[in-house]
Amino acid sequence: MIPAAFDYLKPSSLSEAVQAYAAAGEDAKLLAGGQSLLPILRLRLAYPELVVDLGGLAELTGVSDDGDAILIGAMTTHADIASDPLIKQHAPLIAQATETVADRQVRHRGTFGGSLAHADPAGDLPAVALALEAELRVHGPRGERSIAARDFFLDYLTTSMQPGEILTAIRVPKLGEGWSTHYEKLNRVAQAWSIVAVAAAVHRSNGTITEARIGLTNMGSTPLRATASEQALAGAPATEESVASASASAAEGTSPPSDLSAKADYRAHLATVLTRRAVRHAAGI
Amino acid sequence: MTAIDERRDTAADGPAPEIGKSRKRKEDAHLITGRTTWTDNMVLPGMVHLAILRSPMAHARITAIDVSAALSRPGVLAAYTGRDFADTQGSIPCAWPVTPDMVNPGHPSLAVDQVNHVGEAVAVVVARDKTAAQDALEAIDIDYEQLPVVLDMERALAPDADLVHGHTESNRSFTWIFESGAAGTGAPIEEVLGQAEVTLSRRFLQQRLIPAFMEPRSTVVQPDGEGFVMWSATQVPHILRTMLALTLSVPEHKVRVIAPDVGGGFGGKLQVTPEEVITALVARKLGKPAKYTESRSESLMSAHHGRDQIQDITITARRDGTVTGLDVHLYADMGAYLRLVSPGVPVLGAFMFNSIYKFDAYRFVCEGVFTTKTPTDAYRGAGRPEATFAIERIMDELAVELGMDRMELRRKNWIRHEEFPFTTVAGLTYDSGNYEAATDRALELFGWDDLVAEQADRRARRDPVQLGLGISTFTEMCGLAPSRVLGSLSYAAGGWENATIRMLATGKVEVVTGTSPHGQGHETAWSQIVADQLGVPFEDVEVIHGDTQSSPRGLDSYGSRSLVVGGIAIVNAAQKVVAKARRLAAHLLEASEDDLDFANGSFTVKGAPGNSKSMAELAFAVFSAHDLPEGMEPSLDADATFDPENFSFPHGTHLCALEVDTETGFSTIRRYVCVDDIGEVINPLIVEGQVHGGLAQGIAQALYEEAVYDDEGNLTTGSFVDYLLPSAADLPNFITDRTVSRSTTNPLGVKGVGEAGTIASTPAVVNAVVDALRPWGITDVQMPCTPERVWRAIAQGAEKSERDPGGTVSWGGASTSSSDGSGADDTFADGSGAGSTDSSEGSQR
Ligand SMILES: Cc1cc2nc3c(=O)[nH]c(=O)nc-3n(C[C@H](O)[C@H](O)[C@H](O)COP(=O)(O)OP(=O)(O)OC[C@H]3O[C@@H](n4cnc5c(N)ncnc54)[C@H](O)[C@@H]3O)c2cc1C
Repeated sequence: MIPAAFDYLKPSSLSEAVQAYAAAGEDAKLLAGGQSLLPILRLRLAYPELVVDLGGLAELTGVSDDGDAILIGAMTTHADIASDPLIKQHAPLIAQATETVADRQVRHRGTFGGSLAHADPAGDLPAVALALEAELRVHGPRGERSIAARDFFLDYLTTSMQPGEILTAIRVPKLGEGWSTHYEKLNRVAQAWSIVAVAAAVHRSNGTITEARIGLTNMGSTPLRATASEQALAGAPATEESVASASASAAEGTSPPSDLSAKADYRAHLATVLTRRAVRHAAGI
Repeated sequence: MTAIDERRDTAADGPAPEIGKSRKRKEDAHLITGRTTWTDNMVLPGMVHLAILRSPMAHARITAIDVSAALSRPGVLAAYTGRDFADTQGSIPCAWPVTPDMVNPGHPSLAVDQVNHVGEAVAVVVARDKTAAQDALEAIDIDYEQLPVVLDMERALAPDADLVHGHTESNRSFTWIFESGAAGTGAPIEEVLGQAEVTLSRRFLQQRLIPAFMEPRSTVVQPDGEGFVMWSATQVPHILRTMLALTLSVPEHKVRVIAPDVGGGFGGKLQVTPEEVITALVARKLGKPAKYTESRSESLMSAHHGRDQIQDITITARRDGTVTGLDVHLYADMGAYLRLVSPGVPVLGAFMFNSIYKFDAYRFVCEGVFTTKTPTDAYRGAGRPEATFAIERIMDELAVELGMDRMELRRKNWIRHEEFPFTTVAGLTYDSGNYEAATDRALELFGWDDLVAEQADRRARRDPVQLGLGISTFTEMCGLAPSRVLGSLSYAAGGWENATIRMLATGKVEVVTGTSPHGQGHETAWSQIVADQLGVPFEDVEVIHGDTQSSPRGLDSYGSRSLVVGGIAIVNAAQKVVAKARRLAAHLLEASEDDLDFANGSFTVKGAPGNSKSMAELAFAVFSAHDLPEGMEPSLDADATFDPENFSFPHGTHLCALEVDTETGFSTIRRYVCVDDIGEVINPLIVEGQVHGGLAQGIAQALYEEAVYDDEGNLTTGSFVDYLLPSAADLPNFITDRTVSRSTTNPLGVKGVGEAGTIASTPAVVNAVVDALRPWGITDVQMPCTPERVWRAIAQGAEKSERDPGGTVSWGGASTSSSDGSGADDTFADGSGAGSTDSSEGSQR
């Protein structure tokens, strides 16, 4: 299909982009990798009058060290993320989840920031950002601000970014000593979206799980934390049995969708199985 | 491991034969790099572009339609509705009236006053460019008055059912019956059913599939005087030409159809499409060249679908495992209309349900049913995958019922190699085969015994990952088809194929074929055949195809027919060329024809090796025509038309080992072995490619693909996000090998390979899934065996699940209320399933 006609702008600086985007208001859309936006335009599910392409903003790409965190430019592609040494070292969960996204073609175009801004609960990276307690930096007509991941995702395809705001970077705290992570995903074919996936970060000291952060993909209209399981795991012995029993409550408080690929009860079941596997893997049990 | 053998000729004189060589495909470089003119690349001076508005309703009357606003959009030249073409568009032809009383409601290309499926064309906009045409569709105003949808085949046949077509008496198109007693090919079925020691009945569902060829359909039409030239991404340029002439009342000699390079078809382009007719109508009305290219969304909802059957199968046997009777009843969903061969597809299966087994009696009843869905028609295997699935599934069920080894049951009942030729209970004569040899080789490659031991171990340990082993010993009928057989089945056309060989002055060769390749590699394989026949280099052969002007006679490519029918026409034409060349050589060498040897492209006088004439020399001698035998016309060219006497019958044994993660329901193929017997092989590399692609497609039916309609008749799998195609990443490394039983019905001894992988693999995979789940008393899992369906089957155990166990699927193709079966013996007694499951749903009984 062919998108409806729109104007196209490719700014060469962030301030120019912010200005143009804010001025156009509701009628404008930002273009990152286009992997989600272009299908929407082609199916004529959206009719923007202006498309602002962020592809010319070099300051929005790349990964840098920011002390106790790493800073990931919103326009960094999935392919670059998956092979980045800083991410491998300090946030391997992001690399692992990113490698499961779609196929090579999509990973070479799609961006980390675009995936978060798009806020599709079936996307793999929102739950990862939530589990890693990332901070999202946005620039708007009123300057810069930071939004915690837990406050960022409001609803299906809806974030707390205000009109005119652009996501510029994502700050991911470095996981220190004793932390390890795992992403566990179930999808039907390699390039398909997750039916359910679980992002786990687990801190272990000696025989005890001291803390677990568990992000759930596709278990509601936003990415969610498996709070009940997290609480059950905190301070629990690092054994198969305790992980299994804590994981049984992974779907508590979620409202998974029923769609073509799965009904809600099956998703709820998957959340428990995948949480158990993700936590065991991360904790090396 | 993949076995590709390359036959080497050890004879010292001359090069190795081309046949048997794994030549890389000569067409690939330009196909893969796009250095070719696909139909959508065509640009003609003054060409206009079409966009088609499609019905969002499954079943509705069009009460008002207004295109005037579209006409005032920029760049728009014209807009038409079905009314504008009501008198000229005719009906999409159905060439296969399977019974004399078959009901064909007629199929307008552009709906006139009623729409009968979502995606049906209702209006067309013509503009200077495609974007303008697309934009203007939004300005068309249509009022629909909704009619009740008809989605379930069984309900559609009820006496009080809502009708798809108000002017018909019911939603039944036809009932086609074969019965061995009446046909004289076996005992009366009722007698055998009545005396059965063991009777087993099962209902299997063939979900609806979408052919999903790579290149979307595209058509360009250039009006030309009284007639027109059409370029189209079609498998069947010749059939299309004849059918367009009849449909549009244009004299056939004024119609030229060109199929340029075509990117796949799988039966999906074996059609005369509404879009082709609409493009021709518009181009002729405006007197301008016109192009229409579909989007993928349009393709998925309006190009014909495949399969979609409810199969009720009853098998009878003696206690010792000897099968006696097979009773098949099918409901076949035609969708809203009959297209080119819609009714013939399930009927083709009639001859294959009995497969390789010896039955005393057989009955096949097929009811063709109209629903408010996209029409169904040919899809890779057409009728035969459905049959193979049903028989291979029920053989497994029978083995369980009898407590017999599954392979033993098959061995006991199949045609032994010394029994060929063998006439089956369905009346076909299988010329050759060796099921024992293919099976023994497959078992060896598979490591059957080790896998059986592993399965037992996993069952004993209640491992969360269970192993299932699946068998499919199959045959198929290829090489469509002997014309007289098609005639007896009421098909409107024959099944012959034509070839012409032209010797050019420089010794190069042009081969004109009536087959119409769309990705198979004919240019390479045909060149190999001709190189051997004429003794010319492979590189010196050019294959010409796909244009009714340059290749005027042919019946195109489908049904694994191109080599088995078209290839033989080439051999026959080549032999005529050689005969003419021999006459000329004898004249020039002053010898008698009988005294000439023909080898490696040269005629040599016996006993005088220096005294010879090559094909190239003879071709030039004919071109100059200075010195020809008395009365010989100056040409070595020849053509031949071949009509086979019989089908060919490839067969093989496919084995699948599959791991089921019982906690998630996810299946992973662990090992897949296939040993196919396709007779002689022209190019092992091409065969390997056909087998791999075929396996992928058959496995996809078992595990991934399903066209789903919601309860309002909307296609919910309208993009590749929801209509799941597997990629290489989802498939195992296939272990392939071959046995060779030459076909005795053609001089090359070939049988055809285009559909084998697709036909054989589906039941092998589903049998493996069900085998993994036997401990739960599970006797069937509806295709595709999605993780959710498998998980639900385990959760519900031997309690039979309602239909639609997965997703929010309302009408995933064939629909039914139950899938019955008895439990197996070695059930996990406490019903709690293997291993640990975390949630209660996973382990409830
Ligand atoms: C075939 C296919 C399969 C896929 N499978 C998966 C999968 O398995 N898992 C997965 O996680 N994803 C998957 N995706 C989506 C992919 O990850 C996309 O890259 C991602 O969703 C969007 O990123 P993008 O850079 O392409 O954003 P775009 O498509 O350019 O934009 C998406 C949305 O975000 C907005 N946006 C983009 N950047 C910014 C910004 N910096 N600030 C504010 N708003 C912004 C845009 O305006 C738009 O509304 C798939 C995509 C395709 C095409």
